Amino acid sequence: MSKPRKFFALLSSVLMLSGLLAACGGGSSDKENESSPSASGASPSGSASVSASAPAPSESQEKVKLTLLVDNNQDTVIYTKALVDAFQAKYPNITIETETRPTGSEGDNFVKTRLATGDMNDVFFYNSGSLMQALNPEQNMIDLTNEPFQANVIDSFKPTVSINGKIYGAPVGSTMGGGWFYNKKIYAQLGLSVPKTWAELMENNKKIKAAGITAMIGSYKDTWTSQLIMLADYFNVQAQVPNFAADYTGNKAKYATTPAALRGFQKLEETVGYYNKDFLATTYDAGLKMLAEGKGAHYPMLTFAVPALVQNNPDKIDDIGFFAQPGDSADQNGLTVWMPGGAYIYKNTEHPEEAKKFVEFVASAEGVSIMGTVSKPSGPYAIKGAALPDDTPQVVKDMLPYFDNNQTAPALEFLSPVKGPSLEQITVEVGSGKRKAADAAALYDQDVKKQAQQLGLAGW
Amino acid sequence: MSRSLRRIGVETFAVLASVVIFWIPLYFVLLTAMKSAPEASEMNLAWPSKIQLWQNVKEVVAFRDHMLLRAFWNSTVLTVLSLAAMVVVCSMAAFVIQRRNDRATPWISFFVLAGLIIPPAIVPTIWVLNEIHLFKTMIGLILVEVALGFPFCVMLYRGFMAAIPREIDEAAVVDGYGGYRLFFTIIFPLLQPVTATIVVTQAVFVFNDFTNPLYFFPGAKNATVQLTLYNFTSQFLSQWNLLFTDILLITIPPLLLFIFFNKKIVAGMTTGSVKG
Amino acid sequence: MTKVFKRIYTYNFLLPAAIVYTVIFIVPTVMSFFFSLTRWTLFKWDFIGLENFKTFFQEPSLSIGFKNTLIYAAVTCGLKVVAGLLLGVFLTGKIRTKDYLRSVVFFPVLVSTIAVGIAFGMMMHPTTGLINTTLALFGIEGPDWLGDTRIALLSVAAVDVWKGVGLATVIYIAGILAIPEEYSEALQIDGGNAWNKFWNITVPLSRPAANAVIILAFIGGLRSFDLIWAMTKGGPGFATDVIASIIYKQYQGGFYGLATAGNVILFLFVTAIVYPLSRYLTRKEVDL
Repeated sequence: MSKPRKFFALLSSVLMLSGLLAACGGGSSDKENESSPSASGASPSGSASVSASAPAPSESQEKVKLTLLVDNNQDTVIYTKALVDAFQAKYPNITIETETRPTGSEGDNFVKTRLATGDMNDVFFYNSGSLMQALNPEQNMIDLTNEPFQANVIDSFKPTVSINGKIYGAPVGSTMGGGWFYNKKIYAQLGLSVPKTWAELMENNKKIKAAGITAMIGSYKDTWTSQLIMLADYFNVQAQVPNFAADYTGNKAKYATTPAALRGFQKLEETVGYYNKDFLATTYDAGLKMLAEGKGAHYPMLTFAVPALVQNNPDKIDDIGFFAQPGDSADQNGLTVWMPGGAYIYKNTEHPEEAKKFVEFVASAEGVSIMGTVSKPSGPYAIKGAALPDDTPQVVKDMLPYFDNNQTAPALEFLSPVKGPSLEQITVEVGSGKRKAADAAALYDQDVKKQAQQLGLAGW
Repeated sequence: MSRSLRRIGVETFAVLASVVIFWIPLYFVLLTAMKSAPEASEMNLAWPSKIQLWQNVKEVVAFRDHMLLRAFWNSTVLTVLSLAAMVVVCSMAAFVIQRRNDRATPWISFFVLAGLIIPPAIVPTIWVLNEIHLFKTMIGLILVEVALGFPFCVMLYRGFMAAIPREIDEAAVVDGYGGYRLFFTIIFPLLQPVTATIVVTQAVFVFNDFTNPLYFFPGAKNATVQLTLYNFTSQFLSQWNLLFTDILLITIPPLLLFIFFNKKIVAGMTTGSVKG
Repeated sequence: MTKVFKRIYTYNFLLPAAIVYTVIFIVPTVMSFFFSLTRWTLFKWDFIGLENFKTFFQEPSLSIGFKNTLIYAAVTCGLKVVAGLLLGVFLTGKIRTKDYLRSVVFFPVLVSTIAVGIAFGMMMHPTTGLINTTLALFGIEGPDWLGDTRIALLSVAAVDVWKGVGLATVIYIAGILAIPEEYSEALQIDGGNAWNKFWNITVPLSRPAANAVIILAFIGGLRSFDLIWAMTKGGPGFATDVIASIIYKQYQGGFYGLATAGNVILFLFVTAIVYPLSRYLTRKEVDL
């Protein structure tokens, strides 16, 4: 089994790069979570650049048809269509047939089954980080390390789609942050300020609740949303235990026995009682609506919610702000970020050259600006030189100081392939007061064992 | 007199109960399908301020390059062919299984029952289909539906076959009938009531099947109607009206089937059934 | 059995079914027994003996899963048997709205499970759902049907019965109609009333139908997955997890070996209950 060695190679490269992680952002977060980062670059010049883009550098006039697999998120479908249309206009000899798949864990299953039966599309969009590692990239994907377009990709993205120092993907869209959306009107009305410590945040919660307003929006009907507080706490974990990811992967550190890591579960436990009454029946979409309409003050969520917020409540977007999940000390305040998903090329594609052209296009400044015409970014782009457009909503701009001041850390799933499958059920139990934090952490430690063994990691 | 009054009372109550228990949920689906997105998200039984059912239908049908139309075609082909195969194959099998009684019988019963019990193993099935080059084909999916429907159909056929007296077989053999002629000209027609039941239930089952097409018949061109429901769930975001319009549309074919076959079942069972 | 009948009831009749069933069902199932002993990523497998079974039995939700599976199967099966019988008797009686009621009871069977799950999930919403807003009109504060861990499973079971009782009813109707008229005529001559007829004729003589309903509903309940998944996904937390949903979650997580081990366990669990039950029921049937 060469997996462990592979993995440590990856890990060390990640650790080396983590110092450089000034600019990064989100991919998608977890299993049940959408498999694609929704947002992506916006650009005022986007539409102009489509029409201005040079006509096809037609090397071969032979007609080629590529197939593309993406998830069926509304936002993904929208920006994929924009990308494909622009690409086909640029390369008239290549046509792309887009196929959609389910999101979340059904989608993971779908992709794995396709690969196992030798039936994958030429190009497919999929998560980066731990989920991508589970696809056995060396056997299933074309090595893109030496493609010229990798020069455009920010360095912090590359390790999340790499194995053994080889890069297998290119970023699709923008990074994103995991933290707390808040309603500025409610904050202004109650004279609250953005909290720098967890204690301040809970103090705000208390005041909001006392004022008769729902302090926190819970949307546990979509169970993955219950993990946010625990996952978004990783900046604070890393600040106190810099080696946590490596030790955790090597089965040397545990959530239950590492106080800094346990804090994530404890913080979640402390929020019990602040949620909307029907939080167990509320969906993610309904949660966003509540946030936009000011029916709840806080919503812990990934910023990939921004495009949906803009599409569904364009007039309310300026009422919404964002801050990172604070730690226990104001000195250490920073943002946990998620990387965008990747575009990968199937190893057995019949048209590797054309497929590479498409991936290059997706990962180009041009591709990013085309995506931006239909979908707002959720954070800085993973493409160098692709600046956020001026009309980027303020809620996304709220994130930028963290990046500018080097106060970011990637989410654990981009540093370690170990993520337990039952986390979202466990966090639902904690968030609804059915299980204590310590108990939950111990249960989760047991849960991740399966994943580590499945991946064949050393030490498990 | 009082007896018939009571009967009328009971019947009235039954009809009222059926309205509350069965009609209100359906009415709710229909109502939501007629509303605009914001009104649909209210989730209530209020009459829509503006009925836009037709507009919703057009939107759902046009969605994603008329995916729904293709899905209807695929589902129809799948259902009709699966049913034809299932009825013939299973009634024949049940005939032998019920009539014979030898050492193999308990084993056959065991395998049939096992089929009802064991959850199908999806990935190994894909592997097998791939080996015989039937993965991602309509034929492969039909075979899967037949194999999975087999235990249920055999069980029903066998149960009702038991009510057909063996004297009929014996008389036919005396008349010089062979096995095939006996089965196809005498036994199979006698099974008509059960066949109707099987056709209705299995047609609905296959038409409403979601898991098997998802795994054994992948591809955008291959979508079936249940997959559209699934695809649309995440894409319509909070547009419950469109989701419910889709539910409404994909419920129409089984409904028509039932209305057509319902009479056959009742008629078949009351007049044609064999009385032992 | 004579030679002639061996020829008449030739196994050729069984052949097409046997081929399809073996290739598409038996072979993959047997393979899954093998894969349950491996750590399987679809790309490669390592033989690990009974490790998967050990892991499976350590699942935090497993004891809840076994309990829920039994409760769910017993509740849905029991309600379907009783309601199906009563509806079957009622709908074979002399009533004017027979055709209407038969159709309406059967109708939910036609609607896809996912659609039913979506619609009832909306109606059971604790604050805006139809059920609780209606209860509120009478001043009753309805529970959180799917969010309260104490009743969530029963709420789903109720929807399962709503959807499935039509099938049970149709099977009963067929069974009751197959009872020869002579019996009730004889009973009438002896001066029996409707109650005697129900207990002494309808119930015992519709036994084949009852057996079919019991077996189908019970197995369906033990294996039930679609509706639970569409409505609660096993939640909140692990509160409505059944064995099938635990398996499915492992399968989704990519633990194919573990999930197939779960399949094997479910298979043994169901067999241990259903096989004796079915033997018992069919023996009784023969005794008649």
